[in-house]
Amino acid sequence: MTFFLIASLIKILAVFTVIMVGVALLTLAERRICAWMQDRLGPNRVGPQGLLQPAADGLKNIFKEETYPAQADKTLFVLAPAVSFIPALLTFAVIPFAAPLPTPWGQVSMVVADLPVGFLYILAISSLGVYGIVLAGWSSNNKYALLGGLRASAQMISYEIAMGMSTVAVLLLAGNVTLSQIIARQQDSLWFVLPLGLAFFIFIVAAFAETNRLPFDLPEAEGELIAGYHTEYSAMKFSMFYIAEYSNMVTASALMVTLFFGGWDIPFTNWDTTGPAEVLKTLATLAVFGFKTICFLFLYIWVRWTLPRFRYDQLMALGWKVMLPLALVYLTILATAIWILHTRLGWAYEARFAWALAGLNAGLAVVLFWFLDRGRLVSGSVETGSA
Amino acid sequence: MPPLTLTVFWALAGMAITGATLCITRRSPLASALWLVVTLFALAGLFVLLDAQFIGVLQVLVYAGAIMVLFLFVIMLLNLGRPGPSDLKGPVGGAVAALLAGTLLLQLGGVGSSGPPDVIRMPEGTVAALQREQGMVGAVARPLFDTYLIPFEITSILLLAAIVGAVVLAKRKL
Repeated sequence: MTFFLIASLIKILAVFTVIMVGVALLTLAERRICAWMQDRLGPNRVGPQGLLQPAADGLKNIFKEETYPAQADKTLFVLAPAVSFIPALLTFAVIPFAAPLPTPWGQVSMVVADLPVGFLYILAISSLGVYGIVLAGWSSNNKYALLGGLRASAQMISYEIAMGMSTVAVLLLAGNVTLSQIIARQQDSLWFVLPLGLAFFIFIVAAFAETNRLPFDLPEAEGELIAGYHTEYSAMKFSMFYIAEYSNMVTASALMVTLFFGGWDIPFTNWDTTGPAEVLKTLATLAVFGFKTICFLFLYIWVRWTLPRFRYDQLMALGWKVMLPLALVYLTILATAIWILHTRLGWAYEARFAWALAGLNAGLAVVLFWFLDRGRLVSGSVETGSA
Repeated sequence: MPPLTLTVFWALAGMAITGATLCITRRSPLASALWLVVTLFALAGLFVLLDAQFIGVLQVLVYAGAIMVLFLFVIMLLNLGRPGPSDLKGPVGGAVAALLAGTLLLQLGGVGSSGPPDVIRMPEGTVAALQREQGMVGAVARPLFDTYLIPFEITSILLLAAIVGAVVLAKRKL
């Protein structure tokens, strides 16, 4: 019991520190990558390659004057950054990030809390994050902030449904909601991104919307809303919203890795999953997990500096008229396929089963792309007739 | 119950009752809604203490995470956030409320001293065994989609009717 408490405490502190440092470095990475894409240098003055820039920004924000707008609801105004910050950090608690670590007192699983409802916990806590944004928008007593808050609440609820539906597909294959079991299932056969390719597509679009990142950052669209829900915030409170946004990105990336890319699984080898636990295995799997997560974080930044922002009605139409029906149709087809393979043909879930589903997904992806494209991109770029 | 669990129970129970009281006494609709969220959160914690983690998580996911956000959305959209006039109904209303509350407390006292009836009690360890066997979700899903399939599907027809009604009311021109 004592050992469990001490181990949990160490894990909590470690995860908290890694996320906070990671978020700080991520803000720098975002600016450097953006600069690189736009053929600029970006911040490179503070420390080697600008590595100390986040520390400088942090210090500046702590010492800045805090302003309160006139007639703002002060309690809620102060509470809002904390309300958006806390759920962003809480969600990481159930994500397993490495193979178990052997210690002289017993094996320590590398997850802060392996809850029996694991995955649902993430959905539940991340759905609370919207309160911070909504309260910030309302308590600022500013019409632009209010509009940002309104947009955020509508957007989060719309895309939460598509996200939940796409993960039902994962649960169908995994047969359990515990994240450690979902990873174990993928280690036995294929990573779920192959047998559940379309679910991954729906999930990643919904994840971009849920984290309020471009092309879905309507709540803070600076072209129309000044800065949206955090217009009136200054100093460290403003910073808290940014920390929350970036920690949400880290969690969403880690979640995509866990659900669709095998979690801490090292591909093409069984060394990491079989045999007794070793320290080396823990370190190697931790590194692989970190690498996969960083790939998704890079994708977030890449997309942000590539795609323009949607209009608000386009966002809502995409959520309700494309993503939700797509997820429902996909679930129906997938459940039928699993029923045929599992119940009628009597296959157990193994590589053969997963490859069959992967083939089905490839076929569906072609149909979907043909339907979504309808001659706009592919044939649109081909010259027709004489110029 | 071990002392730690008991402490957690009392903390959550206190939080739920405080939140519920503040929810019905605040003048501002926004503050009421937020206190209701706190109450729902405390209730979710109580469900977890009862070994019903699934219900607890769903409580947060559905009520706190979706329905209450919609409440806030409507309050903000109609700009009702500022405190309105009191809706207490004067001394007669207060007396009726006190009478009803007193009756309820008396009944609760009776239930509390006698404990739950044997019919709804399960033998020690049933829930734990069920969850080991079928997982946390399976223990809820299996009866729902097996024994009680027909009532469950009828509920969905009720929801469908409500949705159709909402659309008809909201859209004047169909």
